[in-house]
Parts: sequence; C-alpha cells; structure tokens
Amino acid sequence: MRLTVNGQPHDLDVEPEMPLLWALRDELGITGPKYGCGLGVCGACTVHVGGKAVRSCSAPVGGIKEPVTTIEGLGTRETLHAVQKAWIDLQVAQCGYCQSGQIMTAAAFLAGNTKPTDEQIDQAMSANLCRCGTYSRIREAVKLASASLGGR
Amino acid sequence: MGRVRTIARRTFLIGTAAVAGGLVVGWIAYKWPLTNPLLDELGDGDAALNPYVRIDRNGITIITPRADLGQGAYSMQAALVAEELDVAWGSFSVEPGPPSAAYYNATVLAEGFPFAATNDGFIANRARGMGGVISKLVGIQITGGSSTVPDGYEKLRLAGAVARQLLLGAAARQTGIAVNELRTQDGAVLTPDGRRIPYAELGVAAASIAAPSTVTLKDPKDWRLLGKPMQRLDIAEKSTGVATYGIDIRLPGMVYATVRTNPRIGGGMLSVDDAAAKTAKGVIKVVPITGGVGVIADNTWRAFRAAALLKTQWGPAPYPATQPEIWAKVAASFTPAHQDSRFKSEGDVDTAITAAGAQALSAEYRVPFLAHAALEPLNAVVKFNEGKLEIWTGTQVPRFLQQAAAKVAGIGADDVTLHAQISGGSFGRRLETDYVVQAVEVALAHPGVPVKMTWTREEDMTHDFPRPLAMARARGAVRNGQVHACALDLAAPSVTGSQTSRLGASPPGPDIAIVAGAWDQPFAIPHYRVTGYRVPETVPVSSWRSVGASANGFFHECFLDELCHAAGADPLRERIRLCTHDASRRVLEAVGELSGWNRPLPAGRGRGLAFTLAFGVPVAEVVEVTSTPAGITIDRVFVACEVGRVLDPVNFESQVQGGVIWGLGHAMNAEITYADGMAEQTNFHQFYGMNLAQAPVIMVKALETATQVRGIGEPPVPPAAPALANAIFAATGQRVRELPLRKQVRFA
Repeated sequence: MRLTVNGQPHDLDVEPEMPLLWALRDELGITGPKYGCGLGVCGACTVHVGGKAVRSCSAPVGGIKEPVTTIEGLGTRETLHAVQKAWIDLQVAQCGYCQSGQIMTAAAFLAGNTKPTDEQIDQAMSANLCRCGTYSRIREAVKLASASLGGR
Repeated sequence: MGRVRTIARRTFLIGTAAVAGGLVVGWIAYKWPLTNPLLDELGDGDAALNPYVRIDRNGITIITPRADLGQGAYSMQAALVAEELDVAWGSFSVEPGPPSAAYYNATVLAEGFPFAATNDGFIANRARGMGGVISKLVGIQITGGSSTVPDGYEKLRLAGAVARQLLLGAAARQTGIAVNELRTQDGAVLTPDGRRIPYAELGVAAASIAAPSTVTLKDPKDWRLLGKPMQRLDIAEKSTGVATYGIDIRLPGMVYATVRTNPRIGGGMLSVDDAAAKTAKGVIKVVPITGGVGVIADNTWRAFRAAALLKTQWGPAPYPATQPEIWAKVAASFTPAHQDSRFKSEGDVDTAITAAGAQALSAEYRVPFLAHAALEPLNAVVKFNEGKLEIWTGTQVPRFLQQAAAKVAGIGADDVTLHAQISGGSFGRRLETDYVVQAVEVALAHPGVPVKMTWTREEDMTHDFPRPLAMARARGAVRNGQVHACALDLAAPSVTGSQTSRLGASPPGPDIAIVAGAWDQPFAIPHYRVTGYRVPETVPVSSWRSVGASANGFFHECFLDELCHAAGADPLRERIRLCTHDASRRVLEAVGELSGWNRPLPAGRGRGLAFTLAFGVPVAEVVEVTSTPAGITIDRVFVACEVGRVLDPVNFESQVQGGVIWGLGHAMNAEITYADGMAEQTNFHQFYGMNLAQAPVIMVKALETATQVRGIGEPPVPPAAPALANAIFAATGQRVRELPLRKQVRFA
C-alpha cells in the first residue's frame, strides 16, 4: 500500500489492520508520534490525516487514504509552525513525551477555529493527557499561537 | 548568600561530604579514591578536567550524571557548570554520563536520616536508623528525592570554576601573560591585547596543569545564567518531535519485542501455550524469561499482537488477593508488634485528650495505591554480543541497572555499557530495574542484534510497584479555641523495605517513609505524637513522586484542619501561631497574602489550606473551589515555598505547577485496586489524573531567604490533596477522608 507522510510517498507491505502509529514508527522510522496507551485515550500518537487530528494508535493504516503529517512534518527547528514556536517560547514541555500529540492537536484545532474562546481551547485540548502537568502552559501556548496566527 | 566564597578543591573531591558533616565518613571509606570514568574514553588530544566537564578539539561537553525525566535536570546541571566555566548557553554538548561511583549522590544519603529539616539536633532513633540508611544508600548514583539541585549546587559550580581556572592557567603558559591579567568570556580566554583563545584549543594544555588548591565562586549577583529564565536545552527538540527517548532508539538490524509476566506480581508462570504466538505474522522467536515469556518480532505491534495470543497460566499472588483483604492487613497493623517508629512524641496525648475542658476528635483516613504511569511505557534496547551487553534506556539508578543486567547475563558489570536516555516521565518508576532485566533476558536469547523491548501500556500499569496505600487513625483535642493535642497513627507498607528486598538487602531500623511529612512538621502542638506502623508487604511498592509525604501530608493536614475548625480557629492563623520554624512561618504568611486568605468568598465557594515540609522545602498551598450544579470546580491554587534560591524561574514555576497538578489530579480521580491478585486498572481510561479543562490557575511565589538551596520536583505534591479536601469542606461542609475524592465528590 502507498502512504504519503510529510510529503514523501512510501510503499508499505504491511497488514492493513496495523495501526498507523506502528507503520510510522517501526516501518518508516518516524518516531515523533508516540505510543502511550494504544486505545486512543491519551493522544500522544496524534497526527494529521488530510489535515484532521487522528489518533494513529487506533487508525488502521489500510484505511488511511489522505496524506499524513506528523510533528516532524509540521515544522522543523528552522521552519517552526506557529504552535511549535509558541510551545518553545513558553517552554511548555517537561518530559515532552505527550507534546508531539498536544502540538498536533492544537495545530489542527487552530486551523479549524481561528478565534477560539478559552472554553473552546480547554475542550479541544482536554483529551490529550499530560502526566507532568503542563496544562497551564499548554493553555497559554494555544492562546499565543492563536494570536500569532491572526486570530484572538 | 551574596558573598564570594573560596573553597578548597580538596573539599570538592570529597564533595558534599562536608555538607553532611561527619555522617558521610563511612561513605568515604567505602569507595576511595573515586575514579574518573571519563579518562577511560579519552582519545589523543582530549583532556578530562574533572568528571563534569570535557573539553576537546570538538568543543565543550558538560556531563550531567543525574537523569532527565522531564524535570529539566540536564539543563539545570549544565547551567551550574556553565555559569562558572563561563561558556555561552547552548554552546556546549551535554552528555548523560556513564555509571560511576564518582557521581555519588550525597544529598540523598543525608536526607535519608531521620532528622527533621528543622532540626539540627540529635534524636533518639538516629543510631538505629543510620546503619540501615548507610547500607541502603552508600555510594549510589541516583536521581531522586528532589536532590539534583542541592547535591549539584556546589559541586557542579566548583567543577566549572576549577575547569575555568585550569584553562586560564593553560592560556597563561601559552601566552606568557599572568593569569590575573586574563579573563574569560563565552568559552574563550581573552588577553589584554584583545586576543581570543577558545577553550577548545586549551583543553590539552590545561589537563597537564596541577589543579588549583582554591577556587573562587562567583558572587550570585554576577550570575549570567543562574537565577534568570533559561531556555531548556531540550525545548526545541521536544517541540519538533526530534527528541529521542529510549523508546525511539533505532539501530541497524534491530528487532522488536514485548513481554508478558504474571500480573500477580511475583506469582510466576505455571504453563504457557505459545503455538499461536509463534506462528503469528512477523514473529521471530518466543523465548522464556523469568516468570513469563518474551516475544521477538519484526515490529512492536506484531510483537504485541502475538503476545496477546499466548495462553498462559499464572501462579497465585504472594500477597492478599483482593482490595478488602489488603485493607484488612493495613487495619490489623496498628499494634505494638508492627510499630516501626515514634520519632515525634511531645507531651502526653492520651491524658490531654481526656482532660477536662478538652474537646476530643478522632477520624480515620485512607489513601489508595497509585501507579506511576509515566506516559512513555517502560522499554529498553539491549544488544548482547560476545559476552558484552549494551543497553539504551532511561534510568534513575545507572549503577544498579548495570549490576542487575550483569548478574542476569553472568558477566561483569564492566562488560555492561549503558547509553542513558531521556525518559518520558518516571516519577520514581525508573528507580526499579525490572524492565531492563527482562529486556536483557530477551536479548540473551537472541544475541548479536539489538532488541527493543517495549511494554504495552497494560503491562506497564499492571506491573507497577505502586505508591503504597496507607491508613491514618487520628485522635486529637482542642481547648480554649486552640489545637491542644494531635496523635497520628500511620500504617503503610514500607517503600524502603520493599525496594531494598528487590536488591537482596534487608536494612534494619525504621522506614522514615512511613511517617515522612507527618512526624517532622514544624508545629508546637502541646501534645503531639506520630507513630508509624509497618504493614507486612502486600503488593510490592516503590517511591512515587514525594514518596511517604504524598500520603502523610494528606493525613496530617486534613486532621489539623479538622482540629482548627473544631477549635473555632482560623486554619492559617492557627498554623502560624503553632509554627516553630521561621522559613515555614514565612511561607504560611506568604500564601495568606498571595491568596487573599482574609477576603471572604461568596456562598458555594471555599478555600482550603495545607502545608507540608518535605525534602527540606516548606510549601503552603491554598486551593479555591466552587460547588456548581455540574460538580466541584478547582478555580485557583496559590503556592508559596522556600527553596533558598530559584536557579531557573521558568522551570521552577513549571515544576511547582506540575507537582500541584500531579497532587490534585491523583487526589481527585486515581487509584489502583487489586482483585484476584491483579491491578484492576489497566490503562488510562481507568487510571487518570485531571484533564486540561479541570486544571486550575496556579500562582506560585518562591521565597529565597533560606541558606540551603533545595530541589522542587517533589515538595509541591503533598499539600495539594489536603488543600483540595479542606477547600471542599469549606465550600460544602463535607469532610472527605478517603482518596480518590471522586468516590464521594463529583467534579465538573
């Protein structure tokens, strides 16, 4: 099967039921998306499929028809996405393990909602777990990114 | 503070031994001299100045032997060195450092003794406790106990200063200019005539110079890095997905594995039918490991899938199999035979409670088992080749890990190379080496190539060594509007006993963790007693962010709140009145001011206060809640604490906020319970803290008046749960004496 990730086409010879996460990590070596729960409840594996936030641990790779963007494709240190820049400016990460998923969730959310209210931000970000407790900074970073994207 | 200090380099070599005074003499005799592990790996043209700095042609490397588990330890250690070495932030590499006795942690050792942080004196049980503690903690390289900053504060700055002094000497020799006419800036020596000699060019020459007998540390007012907001060295990598955790390691020829062992911890495997697993797609090998099975495949998910096909029969749990039975064990432990300590015994509690004019109070409190559940499931990459092991993983105990791996492989510890990795959280879990031992067993069965062993989340959550459950029976009395008596009987399994039993040791003496955060609180209650009871080992348990204080802070501060209310006393003013420790009193006063404690709140809202002195850090927290039709909301939290000196204000605030979220989230929602000998919670749908929408605004005030610099990773945790419970009482009149609170309270 063919899978486009971060603009690069890949031919994959795997079971269609293999979760996208493990095709990315172990077949393609793209390790930005993280394994946290395998049930789609923690959000560490979040990537974009056709621009929408998807929990890659629970999405069979055979069902992926649109291009995939991972945190590595969202922006690099040289080409930071506004959300990544806000995350760096406010120093959100502690252990950082959830942050790929947090950032991908925030980026998809802000792409679809340019002027979110505080309550909408809280709701959008509440299905991504952070064990270190970086929630205060995540909240502020989403607001900062929203502002820099021309929203709030 | 604020004065220039001159310290003999000899003091540095014996290190923080001087901080701990005579108490560490035994340790020095234990392994001396310390070897410099970096000398073994030097090529020609390299020079090792001391174990924390390497300067070679490629530049400057700062070695950070304490693990970064998310708390920012690499950046903090590097900053302490870089400040004195005089290098620009980020202009150096950071290496985690090999396992070595040279990286001993003297602070953890000192903090293991039953001295209250407020007390420099002698206490009755000291001698008894000391022998055990020394044998437990001697010579270990450990990340824990919020000790990275206090342990490194002097020795890392001294390391930087000594290195700088040697580089200046080398430049003097090279240029013929006297040292006192040279200066340093951003990784180079500057001459009076404007020449700039990079450190990298001076490393070799500097190594041949005798180390200075004294160095002068900078006056803190001259600090360029410390005390100012720093950008964490890992922040860009962690924000762009390129930070490499242990679970992300990729090596040529690597295969993938997972394991299954008995979820009745230590119960062993009776039988296994692995026929289906062996023939599953992608499976390379199914191998026996101690108490279970390893599955090696060509993809982690295929290993997971095949492992799910194993038909295993597990043996019975070597502990009571159900939660009620475990609680019964706890309840049965309040007996003289189980008494473990009575470090606090003031006045005569029993007489005071029954005395005329006293109003007596009693209550029972409970806290549950809790999992560490770091978001990165436990994993390790191991390669066994020609009698040697290479291991890539995150750990808080590199030397224990090395020894445990060597033992399993039947090789010497010197034949084990550890490549320390950053961890996606730990919270104490990586003080254990079980996951590494399993990965080694799997790799031994498949030698020659690297094997990445990853636990499923389910394996991780059901094979934790949790924070122990605990119970408190509290009695007390109030009199004349004041707290008059307080007796806490605290029963819990011993973390220290459980951990050391896994290391094959059985230390004598009491376990401070059973009473930490309760016996050592700075209050002059006239009749005041804290007794620890050791519950026979139930489930194997371990250290969890803030350890014993995580439970005892809840017990002590909830009951003190009840006593204050019974006395009709204001909980803040009464604590201040009773407080015997200046720094603690300042913290209480500060949180009162920060929170607007004296401003009344409208009906349906409430404020709760709690205070815990743990890890030498007094922390006071005020939680504000609102009782809404949808449930309780946690609106704001105010935190005041005293750490001597804040070395990075941004990371400091993050650690405090994270600690508060950790404490509150688990208090609201989390517990591990056992049925049929197994943890009933297997993943984050059943075990969770709080989500972002529930997170309060957290205001942090740091006081910097104490002389001792302290760490902040753990101290904010203990007061969070009791402050929340006390706030719920203030808002609703409901006393909740058992965690998690959600059993009795609905949260919005």
